[in-house]
Amino acid sequence: MRPLLSVRDIKRHYQVRVPGGFFGRDALLKAVDGLSFDINRGETLGLVGESGCGKSTTARLVMGHIPLTAGSVAFDGQPVTARHDSDWRAMRRRMQMVYQDTLGALDRRLTISEQIGEPFAIHEPVMTAGQRHERALSLMDSVGLRADMARRFPHELSGGQRQRVVIARALALSPDLLVCDEPVSALDVSIQAQVLNLLDDLREQTGFAALFISHDLKVVRQMSDRVAVMYLGKIVETGAPEAVFKRAQHPYTKALISAIPTPRNRGRRERIVLEGDPPSPVDVPPGCAFHTRCPLAMTQCRLDTPLLSGDGDHLVACHAIHQSAQSAPLAAE
Amino acid sequence: MTIDTGNLNPTSQVSRPSGGSFFTSKGRYRAFFETWPPIVLIALFFIGLAIFVVATAPLIAPYDFMAMDLRDRLTPPALFGGTWAHPLGTDELGRDLLSRLIISIRVSMMIAFLSTLIAGTLGITLGFLAAYFRGRVEQLIMMLIDAQASMPFMIIALAVLAFLGNSLFLFIVLMGFYGWERIARIARGLAIAATEQGYATSVRDLGASPMRIYGRHILPNIASTLIVSMTLNFPEVILLESGLSFLGLGVQPPMTSLGNMVGYGRDYIQSAPWIMLVPSAAIVLTTLSISIVGDWMRDRFDPTLR
Repeated sequence: MRPLLSVRDIKRHYQVRVPGGFFGRDALLKAVDGLSFDINRGETLGLVGESGCGKSTTARLVMGHIPLTAGSVAFDGQPVTARHDSDWRAMRRRMQMVYQDTLGALDRRLTISEQIGEPFAIHEPVMTAGQRHERALSLMDSVGLRADMARRFPHELSGGQRQRVVIARALALSPDLLVCDEPVSALDVSIQAQVLNLLDDLREQTGFAALFISHDLKVVRQMSDRVAVMYLGKIVETGAPEAVFKRAQHPYTKALISAIPTPRNRGRRERIVLEGDPPSPVDVPPGCAFHTRCPLAMTQCRLDTPLLSGDGDHLVACHAIHQSAQSAPLAAE
Repeated sequence: MTIDTGNLNPTSQVSRPSGGSFFTSKGRYRAFFETWPPIVLIALFFIGLAIFVVATAPLIAPYDFMAMDLRDRLTPPALFGGTWAHPLGTDELGRDLLSRLIISIRVSMMIAFLSTLIAGTLGITLGFLAAYFRGRVEQLIMMLIDAQASMPFMIIALAVLAFLGNSLFLFIVLMGFYGWERIARIARGLAIAATEQGYATSVRDLGASPMRIYGRHILPNIASTLIVSMTLNFPEVILLESGLSFLGLGVQPPMTSLGNMVGYGRDYIQSAPWIMLVPSAAIVLTTLSISIVGDWMRDRFDPTLR
């Protein structure tokens, strides 16, 4: 079966000017550098990584906000481009986005019901204003907003309520794919749980596929059918959440997971502390981008870029893991 | 017991009406005048008066503005030796100055209003086109803006009126080209800034057409700034119209306008100065009031200044 979203080796590079010489020198910032993944119908892929690793750029490339430097994004067989023509607009019926900054994403001069009804005004011009209002009210009900909020303005709502408005608007036309870019990072923990449960419920009801982006490992783990861990514009490990979180193989994933605070096992679990900051995406080290901070770094890591490989669904991009996997059968003999 | 029960006694509170409350009558007045400064109130009152005059001009004018009375020529205003039959005096043909002033305010204000509307529409359209297309189109529009800004508008107006003759319609259209470049610049800058903001991006993500994004979302969000810049354009058009009419190129007799009155009154500046001073005062007061209100509106609408 053809995957709903097929992302093949996408790259997004920016020409930037960095200090050096009299006028600075040109450099290439590799925000996203060769990313491939598929999302099947009804499946949720969680994309996790620290800030600056290219998660949001990936979301914008998938949505076709910004042009690709290389690679291809296909949505249900159709290529997604950054040309904002009528085809692109028609595709919005089927792919929608949920944002982190909800106050910015809503027009502060329109009421809630007008904004939730706006997708109908755009894509179904035959609908009357009254019908749009009806639909908006039923959508508000399905995301748990009271009907008396219909006439309110975005700044009169709380952050969690605004995120519900954004979700209701995104789901108005029952899209097949929902790209969620840090949907709960701006919310309190208790509100986070409510919004995540809401998203989960809605997914069960309508069956949309999702690209779920977050820096919060627990959130990603709760929401995803599959997880991809990103480091400096590349996927370093991908697989089912249980496999990635319980049997992490890549040293970066291990370090990330060891940083999750837990009430249990305090002091007992080994805390892996990475040295230094992630390298700037302008000067990505050659070979494996992680070798500067990696406890397992070898000579090969400085020379060759490791490829994602492994058995079954659980793929890792790490020379050390691959070597030990090759030598393990030998040792067993 | 050291608690002073006097404060709990209702009668003692009545005896001290302002007893420590911040909400004294003085505070209320001060708060009122801080939001509505007196000068702004006066300016608003004057604008209201001008709008009333514009709306009802033929009804409130005591005489026909063209009616001559050669026996009553050059009568000074009442209180300056004239009579209350002509409160602001008469001109060299015996026409009642008050009636002429009322009609002139109407004509000048109408020209300024329609011209500013044209300039606003033109400026906003071109500014939005530049913001939407960027690239070549934007460069072309910016070049037009720079060309317009680098030429004295008075010279252009003189040339156009000299070659094409004069009619009220042509005059209004010509005045409509005054100030569009500033509005276009502001509209372009604000629209570019707005397209980078979340609400415009998210509406585009819903699949909205550019017309919808710009017309329904960006325009209402930046309207306050544009309205203020148009308000500031308004008095300048009145002054420009006055200047051109003074030179004899604007509104042609027997029609009258403020500048036209000043222009024909200058011959009598020594013998009958009121012919010129009355419309001049009207020009000064109107433009000043609109400028004051425009400035005040800018301060009120700009959230960063609040």
